[in-house]
Amino acid sequence: MIEIIGYIFIAVGLMFDFFGCLGLVRLPDVYNRLQASTKCVTLGTCSILFGLFLFKGFTASGIKALLCIVFLILTAPVSAHAIARGAHISGVKLWDKSVCDKYEEDKKEM
Amino acid sequence: MKSRIILFFLAILVWLGLTWPPDWQHISIGILVAIFVAFMTGDMFTKRPHLFRHPKRYFWLLYYLPIFIWECIKANFDVAYRVGHPDLPINPGIVKVKTSLKSDTGLTFLANSITLTPGTLSVDVDQEEGFLYVHWLNVKDKDIEKATKLIIGRFEPILKRIFE
Amino acid sequence: MNRRLRWLAGLLIIIALFVGIIFYPPASMLEWQSISLMRFFFILSLCCVFCLYRIMRGPTPADRVVSIDILGILIVGFCAVLGISTGRPWYIDIGIAWALQSFIATIALAKYLEGKGFEE
Repeated sequence: MIEIIGYIFIAVGLMFDFFGCLGLVRLPDVYNRLQASTKCVTLGTCSILFGLFLFKGFTASGIKALLCIVFLILTAPVSAHAIARGAHISGVKLWDKSVCDKYEEDKKEM
Repeated sequence: MKSRIILFFLAILVWLGLTWPPDWQHISIGILVAIFVAFMTGDMFTKRPHLFRHPKRYFWLLYYLPIFIWECIKANFDVAYRVGHPDLPINPGIVKVKTSLKSDTGLTFLANSITLTPGTLSVDVDQEEGFLYVHWLNVKDKDIEKATKLIIGRFEPILKRIFE
Repeated sequence: MNRRLRWLAGLLIIIALFVGIIFYPPASMLEWQSISLMRFFFILSLCCVFCLYRIMRGPTPADRVVSIDILGILIVGFCAVLGISTGRPWYIDIGIAWALQSFIATIALAKYLEGKGFEE
């Protein structure tokens, strides 16, 4: 029974991974791609690791999978934030149909 | 000194997780390495170690986790809907958000929560005046106060009780 | 209305693709587990192909850095699926090490994008 729940978690995680990578291809500029791919791929991989934890239980590899989930949730948003800041400072423009860019205005004032 | 002791116990906890069936060889090596790490980098870990003694903060952390996980799942379905739609219903832009958190840890957790919740991504932090620049996938309001209420209205009071 | 129908049709096609990859051709109950794990590898490889396409085509350097970051997280997923399918416990060690390593690499690449040194 618990193995079937593990398979369901892995399949859902793979589906979110697939949607995130589809977003990486379809969306129009760096920031939108960063949003779609970071959210979907991080939670999808966490779901796969949780499926592994359900398979193994509280053995060595199960607890390592839980630690790996904590590492991923702590580090993936930080690296996304660093890439977004670096891209904006290096001068990548937003998409043409974007509504507003308050950061650009404030950078000019400084 | 207190900060070093806290870092020592955290390092021992992570080491126990990495070498789970505990035996005395792994634990003795772990204690030596944790003492070394706590001695070298302990004073950078936290500036206000007395905050670790309040049990109320741990309960608020337990209250915060389910809300955060629920928002994560909602964010994933939102992004999957927008990506799979043939017309790409997005309306992006960078807005400004005002926060009243001051400490480093609180700001870091606030930025991480913003990045993992529906349609928002933190781009930069202005720590002196408390402004966050947030890239929003579907801009509903450009005004600072309304955007603040829509984006971080759910997290900020709880994070304030945990980290401030 | 027409738009909504098109969106529903696209969703159905994607779900049918997933179910088809996982369940077709039908395997007997005994070998179903190992074969379905092999099919999970196929979906993860498809995601990696999308990332490589973005690395190849990306108009700015920032796009390529994003793809490298995502590839690093996908490889952790590969390690987890390998750990289940072969039953060896040390694949997840590789996963943890790879996650931390790719985080440091992404921070270094982001600093390179900013065009500054590491002193700051």
